[in-house]
Amino acid sequence: MARIIVVTSGKGGVGKTTTSAAIAMGLAKKGHKTAVIDFDVGLRNLDLIMGCERRVIYDFINVINGEASLNQALIRDKNCNQLYILPASQTRDKDALSQEGVGKVLEELAKDFQYIICDSPAGIEKGAQLAMYYADDAFVVTNPEVSSVRDSDRMLGILSSKSRRAETNQEPIKEYLLLTRYSPERVKLKEMLSVDDVQEILSLHLLGVIPESKSVLNASNSGLPVILDEKSDAGQAYMDVVARYLGEECPHRFIDEKKGLLGKLFGGR
Amino acid sequence: MSTDPRQLQGAPALEIKTSTFSVPTLLLASNNLEAIGQQLLQTVEKAPDFFTHSPVVLDVQALNNRRLPIDLKKLCRLVRDVGMFPIGIRGGNEEQNALALKLAIPNYSTHHPVAAELAKPKAAPPQAAPAPSPAVKLLTLPVRSGQRIYAEGDLIVLAPVSAGAEVIAEGNIHIYSTLRGRALAGVPNNTDARIFCSDLQAELISIAGNYQVSSNFSAPKGKPVQIYLQEQSLIIKDI
Repeated sequence: MARIIVVTSGKGGVGKTTTSAAIAMGLAKKGHKTAVIDFDVGLRNLDLIMGCERRVIYDFINVINGEASLNQALIRDKNCNQLYILPASQTRDKDALSQEGVGKVLEELAKDFQYIICDSPAGIEKGAQLAMYYADDAFVVTNPEVSSVRDSDRMLGILSSKSRRAETNQEPIKEYLLLTRYSPERVKLKEMLSVDDVQEILSLHLLGVIPESKSVLNASNSGLPVILDEKSDAGQAYMDVVARYLGEECPHRFIDEKKGLLGKLFGGR
Repeated sequence: MSTDPRQLQGAPALEIKTSTFSVPTLLLASNNLEAIGQQLLQTVEKAPDFFTHSPVVLDVQALNNRRLPIDLKKLCRLVRDVGMFPIGIRGGNEEQNALALKLAIPNYSTHHPVAAELAKPKAAPPQAAPAPSPAVKLLTLPVRSGQRIYAEGDLIVLAPVSAGAEVIAEGNIHIYSTLRGRALAGVPNNTDARIFCSDLQAELISIAGNYQVSSNFSAPKGKPVQIYLQEQSLIIKDI
């Protein structure tokens, strides 16, 4: 039985697609058969980030409408044969999605896959709601910045009331906080919200902190999820996140400032 | 006596309809038959055309309230002697009612039949009237931005109330955590309602419609406070 994870935020541009690609690749590399679905109908980017934009023939909407089978639409990733991508349609819009249709596709995927990652669009409208409706876990991606925090809070409210688990009185969706684009230097200067500040407002379990990193842009340019860039801080942070999610004990490495050489030589905190 | 079936199947012999007649009622205040007799005579003499051959209803409620017994048979005799026809008894006890029926005098209830129906439900509500005071609503999970909680009685929140969230109660509001959103107590006009908060960082507070926005009040952060209404002003006080 597959575990359905929704990567959501409310606010746009915080790193949902980057995270979806990285987490999906991370889980697949650990041997779990994983599918990642782009729910942003009409504004698809997951295929770009995953580097498979030239291999899209059929998409999510085609499968919902019965115009193509799931096998025809799923794209197997070149770098990991356990990872499959289901792209969104670029020509249609969110109205083409239906709760029933989404449910059927997820049900079919759940037969073969162990993890299904739903890359949610921004906002709280139909696309975002359908992306999280069937979820078991939710990664709430937040930037340490006031509007992102408030929008994440709003999304949390919706997760606890409009999901299938909420409507059928089952155990609620497990919510995880993923703090992205974190800059310890700016936090020290009191320009940016700290992890504690965000935790205080959101009261959420912290899954991971992804530092602001140039490697993210490089990764999307090259069509490779940033987790494959093992030397980068962001890549390593995502590897920690996957490990933590799977139950391993993993200290948070990117919350404190990086120590320069002098700092390391002369000690201090 | 014809019992010819063909005749019975034809047009009905009579029709029953309710009609209203005004009938004078003799409200008896004393069981002194001599006094009653005398007063009856005097009454008829004053308006003989009205009272002679007039149907009357005998009301003995007052007598029964004072537990004064009365000889119904003799009373009826007195009434008939002055030319009135007793056509009913009202406010009689069981014994009197039974005796009246024997005298071919129907019984009437103390209330108008419709009023009698209305009287019955009135007996029930007084018992239901101490309406169950609305239950207290208890929230243990954070109230997220955009959520709106409404409580008919008191509201107790054990988790933070986020900015952009609203908690509304007809009674008091207790927030044993940080309030960053809006709290409206005592809606719509319960001026005795209070707001209790462990950490007041609210966007807006209101009691019975009297509100203040955050820029206008200075609350010590992190300290438990209570907010109440005093002559249409909100007072914020340390607990």
